[in-house]
Amino acid sequence: METNAYLDESRDPLAIAERWMSDGKEVAIATVVETWGSAPRPVGSHLVIDADGNFEGSVSGGCVEGAVIAEATDVIESGKPRMLEFGVADETAWRVGLSCGGRIKVYVERVG
Amino acid sequence: MDPLHLKKLNAERRTRRAVMLVTDLGDGRDRIVREGDVVGGALGEAIGETFRSGRSGSVEVEGRTFFLNVHIPHPRLVVIGAVHISQALAPMAKLAGFDMEIIDPRTAFASKERFPDVPLFAEWPEVVLKDRPLDTYTALAAVTHDPKIDDFALKAALETGCFYVGALGSRKTHASRGERLAAMGVGAEAIARIHSPIGLNIGAASPAEIAVAVLAQIIQALRSRGMAETKGEAA
Repeated sequence: METNAYLDESRDPLAIAERWMSDGKEVAIATVVETWGSAPRPVGSHLVIDADGNFEGSVSGGCVEGAVIAEATDVIESGKPRMLEFGVADETAWRVGLSCGGRIKVYVERVG
Repeated sequence: MDPLHLKKLNAERRTRRAVMLVTDLGDGRDRIVREGDVVGGALGEAIGETFRSGRSGSVEVEGRTFFLNVHIPHPRLVVIGAVHISQALAPMAKLAGFDMEIIDPRTAFASKERFPDVPLFAEWPEVVLKDRPLDTYTALAAVTHDPKIDDFALKAALETGCFYVGALGSRKTHASRGERLAAMGVGAEAIARIHSPIGLNIGAASPAEIAVAVLAQIIQALRSRGMAETKGEAA
């Protein structure tokens, strides 16, 4: 692995996505594009997912990652990006439990 | 996301350059914009503002929604001089989110006892900057008062285009500093970029107060990056 003082290659989600790509894996990137209230991760945060469901990074405090990963598998298959919304008023959110009380919008897209 | 754009994005981030991924949330197409790239219209304005604030977000332009995800290198602060001001500045800079380091070849000043919590290089700037080069997301404050130590670092900071360059000293001291730098081949425009006397004018008296004034001036420079240039182009 190439070392870089300014990018933590082993932890940075976008660096990991790039590495997965060059390993020939299919990859999806999920990005927090909007937050309301007390959202645990800021706008711009990434979760990267491969076709086998491996993932790195985060878009919440762990509350909605499971749902995002499931959606990402579909996005990898179809190639069509999706906008997901999680919040307390949302039935899905109750189910996956965004316990902080905030709301987030997550954009999921395939790389390539 | 275009795989090539992912590669480009990471390459820019690895070299500590500010870069942005602009995604059209309607059709999913994206593009890479580097700081300083010219993008026209309302989208260009939003891009410029997002580079300055460092905060990612969505923008609507002509009925289309774009997500601007900006990656700003973590700002560094290199202080030349392990002096009393630097002792006050170190914890403040850390609180404000700057990675600060101190360079001073005088080992009596640059001691672990005086600076327990900040990276300290008891070497000449010529030596340290070779291994740890300056860049545009680095601020440099020269506070030793000693031309032998300060001048090389100031010249290097101006040539690199550090977003902030400041030097301690009175107007008189600075005038002779300007003459020395000119003799070293630094242009007048570059010399005019040096903030000296250093720090915002808040009437700072003690070393800690001067540290506040310096840090405030650095933040001002960081958050107004590129604005003066834009004005210059328009005029």
